[in-house]
Amino acid sequence: MFKSVRSKTCVLARRFSTSASPLTLSEAMKGPTTKLNLFMALNAAMDTALSTDPSVCLFGEDVAFGGVFRATTDLREKHGDDRVFNTPLCEQGIAGFAVGMAAVGATPVAEIQFADYIFPAFDQIVNEAAKYRYRSGNQFDVGGLTIRSPYGAVGHGGLYHSQSPEAYFCHTPGLKVVMPATPAAAKGLLLASIRDKNPVVFLEPKWLYRSAVEEVPDADFEVPLGEAAVWRQGDDVTLVGWGAQMHVMAEAAELAASELGVECELIELRTLLPWDQATVAASVERTGRLLVSHEAPRTGGLGAEICAQMQEQCFLRLEAPPARVTGYDTPFPLVFEKLYVPDKLKIFAAIKDLVNY
Amino acid sequence: SNAEYGMMEAYKLMQTIRRFEVTADGAYKAKLIRGFLHLYNGQEAVCAGMEAALRSEDHIITAYRDHGWYLGRGGSLEAGFAELLGRIGGCSRGNGGSMHFYDKANNFYGGNGIVGAQGPLGAGIAFGAKFKNRDEVCVTLYGDGAANQGQLFEAYNMAQLWSLPTIFVCENNLYGMGTSIERASANRNFYKRAEYVPGMRVDGMDVLAVRAATRWARDHAVAHGPVVLEMETYRYAGHSMSDPGTAYRTREEIRTIRQNKDPIERHRRRLIDAGMADLAELKAIDKEIKTRVDEAFAAAKLSPEPTVAESLYAHQQVLELPTHRNIGCEVPASQ
Repeated sequence: MFKSVRSKTCVLARRFSTSASPLTLSEAMKGPTTKLNLFMALNAAMDTALSTDPSVCLFGEDVAFGGVFRATTDLREKHGDDRVFNTPLCEQGIAGFAVGMAAVGATPVAEIQFADYIFPAFDQIVNEAAKYRYRSGNQFDVGGLTIRSPYGAVGHGGLYHSQSPEAYFCHTPGLKVVMPATPAAAKGLLLASIRDKNPVVFLEPKWLYRSAVEEVPDADFEVPLGEAAVWRQGDDVTLVGWGAQMHVMAEAAELAASELGVECELIELRTLLPWDQATVAASVERTGRLLVSHEAPRTGGLGAEICAQMQEQCFLRLEAPPARVTGYDTPFPLVFEKLYVPDKLKIFAAIKDLVNY
Repeated sequence: SNAEYGMMEAYKLMQTIRRFEVTADGAYKAKLIRGFLHLYNGQEAVCAGMEAALRSEDHIITAYRDHGWYLGRGGSLEAGFAELLGRIGGCSRGNGGSMHFYDKANNFYGGNGIVGAQGPLGAGIAFGAKFKNRDEVCVTLYGDGAANQGQLFEAYNMAQLWSLPTIFVCENNLYGMGTSIERASANRNFYKRAEYVPGMRVDGMDVLAVRAATRWARDHAVAHGPVVLEMETYRYAGHSMSDPGTAYRTREEIRTIRQNKDPIERHRRRLIDAGMADLAELKAIDKEIKTRVDEAFAAAKLSPEPTVAESLYAHQQVLELPTHRNIGCEVPASQ
């Protein structure tokens, strides 16, 4: 499966250059596709990045053998151990090292094995990567930097294999934060992130690594950053989410339609920083009702930012206070994960409250 | 661990840890335990040897391969199993699971998931003890993988500057998950990594060597300041239950070490050779331990699951805002 994907990608890959705009997802879907899960799609993106740009390199803990989630399978064999290599167990070192490489003009793709482990690297990301361009008056930048990390609930992860830390990074000017929810878009988003001239934190929903499967274009294409995707159109309620939570919200929207006759508009942000305010605002202007859902805890979560911004922008149009359906304000639990996560019933109940307000 | 462990106590502790781990392994495969499980089989002599030279008022902090340390400190088998099963009777009330065993009464600080993070914590605990003018040490354990975390070096520096009674212990089992020490560490002399802190390399498969080293380390730590002990040890199982442990090392290696260096087997022969016990006595002890462990597991299974209030909102601090709760903090004494 992998071998055929690689050869197809090589044959059809367009060398990215600043003079030609990259293929879009819909354009690429017209060409040959292969059924891939999320980690295979990300693998394909990294393979393409390594093939089309000699300054790209990939490193992190255990990436050489393919990684603990197999996202980097075969890349070392194909591109060489000078470009795909393991690091010791040192997140702060990994991030700092990546910042340094990017400052010199390389395009490092650094992996943090679980987003729960990203905190020793937090200083390097927030204080070094995010502020390099600003503090040097644009003499230096770490635009080539991409940090990828699996995030989110996985069913049994407990406190340190389940966290969703996106809010911390969205609070940092100078960074971009990207999160896919489906394999095809994920390939395009990762390619866009690697090629974007700003440091990007790319969070991958580990829950979906194997379970999300779809036809993914073989071609080299990009999904633009900063643009949300509308999964489902509706006039009654605007639902906003990202990552694995999208699939939960899709089920809730389905339930709302069949049980309540309520048509929800479901929007996937894809880029969390900067997030697509225009698309969300246009939807809220139409529906008058907003619901944001995320796994991360409620207080200070990204949902708060979205609700505040939309309230400001669409206040007179709102029929009800914006709702947030989130994880509770508690460390991610062990035994009661099922109770903690914002499931489709919680979202459904909130939709009901919104329309009955 | 109220008094110094003698030879027999060391044997019993090692065997108890081994039986606990074997039982946990079986329970995991039977899907009674979910999540992560990191077994200590093969490393028992480090724990038993150190406990033989430590006092109950000393402090211990380690990473996630923590079941043995919890038991060595005096933790109960039943509470340990209950924690693995995620029950309210668990030592962390079911909140932590395998990686987060804690026992305040026995000065056991866990049970930590982010490797290396326990380094500065351990130095801080040692500082706390010294600050209170107590004759106590803090044993701060980490593995060969975590030995490359920057925050450990910050901890070494602070401990040395302020003469903190810290015993840093690197449990070098040769592999950080699937990465051998050769591939991870430029300097594999882990006992020398703290440079200006005295260090000693110890045969971690020999409970008496560990005990001797710990006696020296403890005296030094209390009188002068930190030391580093590197325990040469080995784990038979993989990193965790999702790792068969054979992709990065040979079965031959595992078998050879198990046959020639197993800490329990070694100690058993030593006891017999020294005339301290005969095979029949030791077999009877083994049987008794197995029975105790099995009974504890059966009892743990009867412990109920935590309630929602317990699990999700444990130990909350109620803020002034009526609709808002901040979770994870201690309830103030006045309430």
